[in-house]
Amino acid sequence: MPTLNHYLLLSAVLFAIGTAGVFVRRNVITILLSIEIMLNAVNLTFVAFGRAMGSADGQIIVFFVMTVAAAEAAVGLAIVIALFRHRESLNPDMFTQLKW
Amino acid sequence: MTPLFIAQIVLTLFVFVMLLGSAAVMVYVERKVAAMLQQRLGPYLVGPKGMLQPLADVVKLMFKEELRPKAADALLFALAPIIAATCAFAAFAVVPFGAATTFFGLLDEPLRLQVADVNVAVLVIFAIASMSVYGIVLAGWSSNSKYSLLGGLRSSAQMISYELSYGLALASVLLIGNSLSLSDIVNRQAGTWLGVLPRWFIFVQPLGFIIYMLAGIAETNRAPFDFPEAEQELVAGYHTEYSSMSFAMFFLAEYINMVTVSAVATDLFLGGWHGPFLPESLGWIWFLVKTGAILFFYVWMRWTLPRYRYDQLMTFGWKVLLPLAVVNLLATAAAVLYFQ
Amino acid sequence: MIIFYVFAAVAVGASLLVIAQRNPIYSVLLLIASFGALSGLYVMLDAPFVAVIQIVIYAGAIMVLFLFVVMLLNAPHEETEADERRHILLRSGPLRFGAFLAVVLACELGWALTRGGESGVFAGGSTTSVAAIGRSLFTDYAFAFEVTSVLILVAMVGAVVLAHRERA
Repeated sequence: MPTLNHYLLLSAVLFAIGTAGVFVRRNVITILLSIEIMLNAVNLTFVAFGRAMGSADGQIIVFFVMTVAAAEAAVGLAIVIALFRHRESLNPDMFTQLKW
Repeated sequence: MTPLFIAQIVLTLFVFVMLLGSAAVMVYVERKVAAMLQQRLGPYLVGPKGMLQPLADVVKLMFKEELRPKAADALLFALAPIIAATCAFAAFAVVPFGAATTFFGLLDEPLRLQVADVNVAVLVIFAIASMSVYGIVLAGWSSNSKYSLLGGLRSSAQMISYELSYGLALASVLLIGNSLSLSDIVNRQAGTWLGVLPRWFIFVQPLGFIIYMLAGIAETNRAPFDFPEAEQELVAGYHTEYSSMSFAMFFLAEYINMVTVSAVATDLFLGGWHGPFLPESLGWIWFLVKTGAILFFYVWMRWTLPRYRYDQLMTFGWKVLLPLAVVNLLATAAAVLYFQ
Repeated sequence: MIIFYVFAAVAVGASLLVIAQRNPIYSVLLLIASFGALSGLYVMLDAPFVAVIQIVIYAGAIMVLFLFVVMLLNAPHEETEADERRHILLRSGPLRFGAFLAVVLACELGWALTRGGESGVFAGGSTTSVAAIGRSLFTDYAFAFEVTSVLILVAMVGAVVLAHRERA
C-alpha cells in the first residue's frame, strides 16, 4: 500500500522536474508547461495530505489552485502571443532589453 | 473468479460489440431516413431492403489504400483517429442501460447493466467529451494541409465553445437529481405523477433538455452545426487527408459519440429504462426505444435543416445558448430552493 | 501498489520527456499523459472529484489552449545548428546548472518531506463525497469562491486585451 511518504516523494520529484524545465529550456511555451508541472506537483501534495488528515480541505485548495493555474495560463499565453508578434521568436533571451 | 466477475467481463465485451453494431445500424438508418425525407429509395440492392449496406461500406473501407501525406507528422497522424475513437467508446463506459438484473437467478447478486458504476459518472462523461477535442485538433494539424488545419481548428473551437452550455445543462439536471451517479438519477425518475405523467426530468427541465440536445449536436459536429466538415466549403475538414481504416475510425467515433449523447440524454431526461407495461428486468427495451427516438431526431435534423455558417454558429453558442443555459441554471436553483 | 508505481512512472517519465522534447507539440501531448497519470493517482487517494476536474480543466481546457497557441505561432526551432548536434544534457552553460539544481532540489525536498513523524500510513476509508466538498466550498470558502470567479473574469478580459491585434 502506498504510504503518504510515497506520494510526497513523487511530488518532490515532479516539482524538481518542473523547476529544471524552467531553468533549462529556451522556449517560453515550454517554460510555461514546466510551471504547470510544478503546480501539479503541489496539487498532489495537497490531496495526499488532505487524505492523510481525513478532511476535504486538501481537495478544496486543489480546486482553487487549478482555477488560478487556468487564469495564469491564459494570461501567460496572451503575453507570449503579444511578444511573438514583435520579435518573431519564442526564445526568452531575445527579450532582454526593455524597449521594443 | 466469481460468476459476477465473469459476467462483468462479458458485459464489457458485449457493450463494445453492441457499440460497433450500433454504428453500423446508424449508417443504414441514416441513409434510409435521408432517402425517406428526400422521397427516394435509398440503399435497396445489398441484402433485403439494403440492410447489408453497412457491411458493404466496411468492406470497401477496409480494402482502400491507406494514404499518408509526405509532410505529415507520422506519429500524430496515426494517433489522432485512435484518440477520437477511444474517447468515443470510453464515454459509454459509465452509461447504464438497464436495471440491475440477476439473469433469472444465474448470478448471486444483481449485476448492474453498466460497465463501470462510478459515483461521479456525469463528470466523467463531461471529462471524456472534453478529451475528444484532441483527436480532431491533432488530425487537423498533423495532416499538414490547409483544409485540414482550418477544419480542425474550427471544429475544436466549436466543440470547446459548446462544452460550456453542455456542462451547464448537466448542472441543471444535477440540481434536480441530487446525485452525480447516472444510476441514481435514472432511479429517481421511476414512477408517475397522478398515475399518468411519468416522472421524467424532461417535464421538469424542458429548456435544459433543449440546451443539452443542441449542445450535444454541436459537440458531435453534426448538422446543422457541421460547418467544419462541410463538403462544399472545406472538402472534408479535418479528415480530408485520411483514408481507409483511419477514416473509418473517425466515422465510427462520430456515430458512437451520437449514440453516447443520445444514451446520456435518455438517462438524464427521459427516464432511462423505466416505462409502462414492461417489468424492470426488460427495461433495456425501453432504453433502446428512447435512444432510438433521439437518434432518429438527430438524423432528421441533419437532412432537414441547412447548416449554420461558422460565425453564426459561434454567435449562437456564445450569445444565445450560454446565457440561456445560465438562466436555466439560476431558475432551477431558485425553484429547488423554493420548493424545499 | 503496482498501480501506484505504474502511474508514478508514467507521470515522472512523461514530465522528463516534456522538458527534454524539442517539438513543443510533443511536449504538450506528453504533459497531457502526465496529467492523466496524476488523475489516476488522485483516484487512488480517494479523491474522484479532483481526478475528474483535473481531466476537465487541465487536460481538457488548459492544454487545448496551449496546443492552439503552439499551432498558431508555429515557431521555429529554438536552438542553433551547432547546439543541435550535441545532446541536450551535454551542452554547456545553464543546462547543466539547471539539471544539477533539479537533482539537488529533489534530494532536499525528499529528505525534508519524509523525515520525522510516523511512516504516514493512510487512515482507512475516509472518502469525502462530492456533496461534502460542495457544502464546504459554499459555506467555509464562499468568499474565496466568489473571488476566484472575479479572477477568472479578469484573466479573460486581460487575455483578450493583451493578445489584441491593433488594426492599423
